[in-house]
Amino acid sequence: MAKKKTEPRAEPTFGATDAPTRASLLHSMLLQRRFEERCAEAYALGKIGGFCHLYIGQEACGTGAISVLREDDYVITTYRDHGQALARGIPARAIMAELFGRSDGCARGKGGSMHLFDRNTNFLGGHGIVGGHVPIATGVGFAIKYRGTDQVILCFMGESVVNTGAFHEALNMASLWKLPVVFIIENNRYGMGTALERASSIHDIYQRGAAYDMPRAQVDGQDVLSVRASVAEAVHRARTESLPTLLEVRTYRFMGHSMSDAVSGTYRSKQELEEYMKRDPINVLRAHMEGQGEIDDAGMTKLDEEVKAIVQDAWDFADASPEPALESLWEDVLVETTT
Amino acid sequence: MSIITYRDALNHALREEMQRDDRVFLMGEEVAVYQGAYKVSKGLLQEFGEMRVVDTPITELGFAGVGVGAAMAGLRPVIEFMTWNFALLAIDQVVNAAAKMLYMSGGQYPMPMVFRGPNGAALQLSAQHSQAWESWLAHIPGLKVIAPGTPYDAKGLLKAAIRDDNPVVVLEGEMLYNTKGEVPDDDYTIPIGKAEVKREGDHCSIITHGKSVLIALQVADALAKEGIRVEVVDLRTVRPMDVDAITASVRKTNRAVVLEEGWEICGIGAQVVDYIQRHCFDDLDAPVLRVHQEDVPMPYAKNLERAAKPDVAKTVAAIKQVMYLPTA
Ligand SMILES: Cc1ncc(C[n+]2csc(CCOP(=O)(O)OP(=O)(O)O)c2C)c(N)n1
Ligand SMILES: [Mg+2]
Repeated sequence: MAKKKTEPRAEPTFGATDAPTRASLLHSMLLQRRFEERCAEAYALGKIGGFCHLYIGQEACGTGAISVLREDDYVITTYRDHGQALARGIPARAIMAELFGRSDGCARGKGGSMHLFDRNTNFLGGHGIVGGHVPIATGVGFAIKYRGTDQVILCFMGESVVNTGAFHEALNMASLWKLPVVFIIENNRYGMGTALERASSIHDIYQRGAAYDMPRAQVDGQDVLSVRASVAEAVHRARTESLPTLLEVRTYRFMGHSMSDAVSGTYRSKQELEEYMKRDPINVLRAHMEGQGEIDDAGMTKLDEEVKAIVQDAWDFADASPEPALESLWEDVLVETTT
Repeated sequence: MSIITYRDALNHALREEMQRDDRVFLMGEEVAVYQGAYKVSKGLLQEFGEMRVVDTPITELGFAGVGVGAAMAGLRPVIEFMTWNFALLAIDQVVNAAAKMLYMSGGQYPMPMVFRGPNGAALQLSAQHSQAWESWLAHIPGLKVIAPGTPYDAKGLLKAAIRDDNPVVVLEGEMLYNTKGEVPDDDYTIPIGKAEVKREGDHCSIITHGKSVLIALQVADALAKEGIRVEVVDLRTVRPMDVDAITASVRKTNRAVVLEEGWEICGIGAQVVDYIQRHCFDDLDAPVLRVHQEDVPMPYAKNLERAAKPDVAKTVAAIKQVMYLPTA
């Protein structure tokens, strides 16, 4: 996919990778994939309940983006949050335990699939109201500027979000006040069953950034290295100049919207799905690494076994973790005040 | 002690808390350069600068969310709504974000923030600008909701709200801003969740909050002339509600009228009556009555608006009814 830019890239070296970095990107994406395949299994077994939205097919977006962050940066996202949570380094055990509704979950069983939170990694949550978390990201950007630190926040969202008022309000303020926020639209072409073209008046949605005079770009979301490079540039701009960026990362979801939606559904054809699946982000990186002589079939098998073991361990851990104590029902509604 | 307006009491609370803690900032429409739509933030921009007194675009949903994000990242935002009518555009952030964040994060993200602004009817602002929202907001676990009726309470409660690590909704009143009262010059806070008996009496209790406290005190004065001793219980906080104070008063007077600005159905009064029937069933000498806005949108015409609002006459009549006295 052609990369469109409103301005030439100042330094082409943003987000450059070496072999170990590529290996860790591959590891992360494969872990997410295997993790979520087991999520689907656990859902079918009734171990995971409620709404559960898988990230399969989109792993390069979160992985590439989060790979450029520092530990003290922030991430905020939507309900489709398992992959980004893993990429950010929340332990697979804590995520699986959360999905199973157990006390060792990263939100102590109070949040579930849509609301993964982790203070240790500044993971500010999966949020369930479409568009609702985007102003919150602007607020984190405001706090960073207020304190005068040089952190940044990545705000992930689906492409449907660009049609909400919250998106407009949040991007306007982020640009008006010059806040270090990188808004990343994961354009997987559908919001549930509604194709982008049936919902948005413009289809190159990164151009919405023009309304806010915001640096913007469209990125190939199946290529983790492209995502990493674009986000690295945006993060650099945020960190050094305190400026926001709007990135449209073009991707595709290989599964249904949630567990209740058939894989291809009534709104897209099997043929379309198969066409997109040819550019599986894991295979795109693998092919690149094979070309560099960095991995071969045996290496891939070994890696697969490694991540599967991590996922199995997470499953076993979650299964063994106790249900939250009933008293916890009443905990964390309010905190003890510090007046 | 000084005698100051409710507006200045809020202003002093903001100033003192901003001096005390540099994580506290004020954000909203017209709070800075214009000095506040109701001048509550007068002088704050000059003292604290534009990073801490922040004018926003007209973007309630957006800046309420900015407050939530800033609180998540460790600041202590005070978000001003020009009035609570406009906060409806931001209710997603108040209800779905601020009130839930601590719980759904399993205790990881407290929300030390304040949402404040005038609530309820002023004069002839008609339907869209004359609404009392406390029952909507008090419905939500995860929020605290305060409604001070006097300058003293306004200052002490707003300071407590700013120091609270939970999201606190502060319901002020356009008609209250010019009212005056005694306010200590030194630092003080009033605990959230504590009612105050504003007038002692043993014949009948009026349980009320916010601007209606002023009506209740007038009612008490009027009835005192007839030898009726009314007790005025000012809830001050509607969530969490001071059930002990309600119970203690009703056990003493055996009769109660609940007075509020808002509408009847599912109103604050309905909750107060529920507490009374649960805790004071055997103490009651009459059914509890409620006085509230008539069940219509607020009309514009002076006579209609007067007829729609709760007032002294309606409250007096309700008290006489629960005391089985002849009404005029
Ligand atoms: C305000 C709001 N309206 C509707 C929904 C129901 N809903 C959940 S996800 C979704 C589609 C969102 O699509 P998109 O933003 O493209 O993200 P994707 O699911 O593709 O990752 C809808 C309509 C919601 N959660 N919030
Ligand atoms: Mg989508």
